[in-house]
Amino acid sequence: MTSDLQRVVLEPLFEPAGVVVAGASSHPGKFGFAVLHNIITCGYQGRIFATNRNGGTLLGIDCLTSVADVPAGQADLVYVCVPASAVADVLRDAASVGIRAAFIASSGFGEGNDEAGAAHGAELVVLAEELGMAIAGPNGQGLVSTPASLCAQFVGPFPPAGGVSIVSQSGNLASGAMNYAAASGVGVARAISAGNATCLGVDDYIGWLADDPATTAIVAYIEGMADARCFYETVKRATTLKPVVVVKGGKSDEGARAAASHTGSLATNDRIFDGMLRQAGVWRSPDIGAAFGAAAALAVHEPMRGPNVAFLTTAGGWGVLTADAMADSPVRLMDLPDDLMDSLDRVMPPRWSKGNPIDVAGGETRDTIPDALHLIAAHPSVDGVLMLGMGIQSNTAALMRRGQFSDFEDIDRICSFHERQDRRYAEAIVEASAATGTPILAATELALSNPENPGPATLREHGHPCYTSPAEAVAAFSALYARGKHLRLP
Amino acid sequence: MTTTLSEAESKRLLAGYGLPVLDERTVATAAAAVVAANDMGYPCVLKLCGDAIAHKTERNLVRLSLGTSADVERSAQELLGQAISADGPVELLVAPMVRATREFIVGADRSGDFGPVVMIGVGGIFAEVFEDVVFRLLPADERELDAMLDDLDTQAMLGEFRGEPAVDRAQLLSVVQAVGNAMIDRNDIESIDINPVLIADGNAIAVDALVALV
Repeated sequence: MTSDLQRVVLEPLFEPAGVVVAGASSHPGKFGFAVLHNIITCGYQGRIFATNRNGGTLLGIDCLTSVADVPAGQADLVYVCVPASAVADVLRDAASVGIRAAFIASSGFGEGNDEAGAAHGAELVVLAEELGMAIAGPNGQGLVSTPASLCAQFVGPFPPAGGVSIVSQSGNLASGAMNYAAASGVGVARAISAGNATCLGVDDYIGWLADDPATTAIVAYIEGMADARCFYETVKRATTLKPVVVVKGGKSDEGARAAASHTGSLATNDRIFDGMLRQAGVWRSPDIGAAFGAAAALAVHEPMRGPNVAFLTTAGGWGVLTADAMADSPVRLMDLPDDLMDSLDRVMPPRWSKGNPIDVAGGETRDTIPDALHLIAAHPSVDGVLMLGMGIQSNTAALMRRGQFSDFEDIDRICSFHERQDRRYAEAIVEASAATGTPILAATELALSNPENPGPATLREHGHPCYTSPAEAVAAFSALYARGKHLRLP
Repeated sequence: MTTTLSEAESKRLLAGYGLPVLDERTVATAAAAVVAANDMGYPCVLKLCGDAIAHKTERNLVRLSLGTSADVERSAQELLGQAISADGPVELLVAPMVRATREFIVGADRSGDFGPVVMIGVGGIFAEVFEDVVFRLLPADERELDAMLDDLDTQAMLGEFRGEPAVDRAQLLSVVQAVGNAMIDRNDIESIDINPVLIADGNAIAVDALVALV
C-alpha cells in the first residue's frame, strides 16, 4: 500500500518482456506446473524461464536451478511458487538479474495468523522497499494481461481480450469475473488476485489501472483495506478517468462501534463504506455477476445523459416486467416525444403499440427492427434503448432444424431468414449505438439457454453484452446513468 | 476521554458555523425563566442543561408545551430539583415550542477508519427501526452533500407532507454543512448529534444539539 497518490509502477507486472516461473514443477497438480503451462499455452510472446532445484526440461523449457542464472535484463517478472521460507532469496536473486516485479503465489505469510508467517510477511514489505520491486500477493492465484497475452495464474480461465480490468482480494472471484467475461464476450484487459495484499494493495492496482490505456472499466472485489482514506482518495481520482465498480464482501460483519453519540452507533462500517463509494463516484454491485454486467455496459457504451429509456420489443410480456423493474430504479420508461412517434409510424407495422414499450406486436418485416433501432437511438431525448425479444425467430428455427421435417421444402430457407434477421438485429444494436452514442442494451434468456443463437452470439462476437434478464439490463442502465451524472454530462 | 458540551454551549458553537437554531435563552432561576418565557411568548419549552447532561429525555429533563407563566414557574422548580451532584453546574434553557411532524437526525463522528464523517437520516420515534441514514466523508463539497438527500430511502419525507410544504433542501443542507464545517475546523470535536432537526413549514431547525470533545 503506498501512502500517497503517487502512482506505483506496475508495467513490469502487466507488460513484462520476460517471465520467470520460480519453483516450476513437473507435477500437473502443482501450482508450479499449472502456471508455466498457462503462460506457454495462452500464447505469451515474451521470454519464458523456469527454475527447478533439479534442473531438467519442463514443457519444452530448460529449467535453471536458480533465478540468479536468468540472463540479466531478460525478464521483468518472477512468478514465485517456492515455499515461504525460500521466497526472500528468490526475490534477491531476481533483483540481481534486473527483475522488477514479483507475483507470489506461495502461502505462509501470516494469513493463518501464525508468528512465523507474519514474520515472512513483514520481510516482504522490507524487501519491496530495499529491492525497489513491485510485489504482488502473496497467497494469490496470479494475474492476467491480455495485451501481453499473459496468463500468469495457476487457474482458469484465460478470458477474451477487452477493456474490463479486475482487481480482487479473492482469487476465486477474480476467476468468477473472468468467467463472466468469457461468457459475455466483453473481454478483459488486466486481472489480478491481490492475495494478502501485503505490499501492493487493491488501491495501488486501481490507481495504476486508472491510467492504463488498455483499461476502459475497473471491477474490484474488496474485503478490507489497510488505509481507508487512501482507498477513498485513490478511487475518487480513478472515477474521474474510468468507471469503477466495487463489490464489498463482509457486509453483514458490520461491527457497529459502541459509541457515545447516536451518530457513532449508526456509523456501521458498511454504511460509511457505502457513502464513501457514492461520494467517490463508484458503482456498487451486490455480487460479481452484477458487477461484471455493470462493468460490461460501462466498458462498451457511452454514459447516459439522462434517465430516459425506450424499449423496443417484439413481444408484450417482457416489456411489462421490464417497466416494473424500472419503476424501482433511477432510470425510467420515457414518454415518447411526438416527433419520434411520427417517425416510428413510418417504419412500424400499423398495429404497433404507439407508445413505450415500443411493441411491434409481431408485425415486423425485414427492416422494421433495424430501422426502428436507429430512429429511436438517434432521437436527442432518448438516453438509452433496451432491445427485448431478439433471438426468438432463431429459437423457432432451431426447433425446425432439429425436427424430422427439416428437409421439408422451404424450411431451410425460412430458418436461414430467421437466423439472418436475429444477426441483423444484433448488428443493428452494435451499429446504432456506435453511430449515435446512445447505449443500446439487449436482454434475452436465450443468451443462457442457447448461447449459439445468432442474436446473442453476434453480440458476443462484437464484444457487446447480452443480458439474460430485463432486471440485469435495468441495473446496467442505472450504472450508465450514474456514470453520466458523476461526469456531470449535460 | 470524551467530554460533552451542554446543549446551550453546543448550539452556540454550531450556530457560529451556520446551524439554524431558535432564539432561546439560558437562565439560572425559576423567576428568570418566567421573565424569559413572558418575553418570547407561549407555548414554550424548558430544559435542564449542563455540560455533564448528555441525555435529557431519558432523565425526563425536558418540559414541552408550557402555556402559562405558572407552568413555567412550576416546571423550572421541578427541573432544578432534579439536578444531581454529578451534573455539576446546571442552568435552565427556555425556548419557543416548535410544532413539527417531520424530524431528521444530523450528526458527525471521527472515530472510525475513514476519519471524520457526516450523517443525515430520518429521525423521530421510528428512526431506529428504519435506520434510513446516509454518510459522507469530510470534507465534502456542496454537490456531494446535496446527493445525500437523494440517497435517503424515504424520499417522501422531503416532499409535501400533510399539508406542509416540501422541505427546503438548501436550508436542511445548511444543518449538514454547519456540522461538517465544525468537524473540519475543530479537530477536538469527536462527535456531533443534532437530534432532532425539526421541519417546521418546510424549514429545518435544530432543537437539540450535543457536541462531544476528544
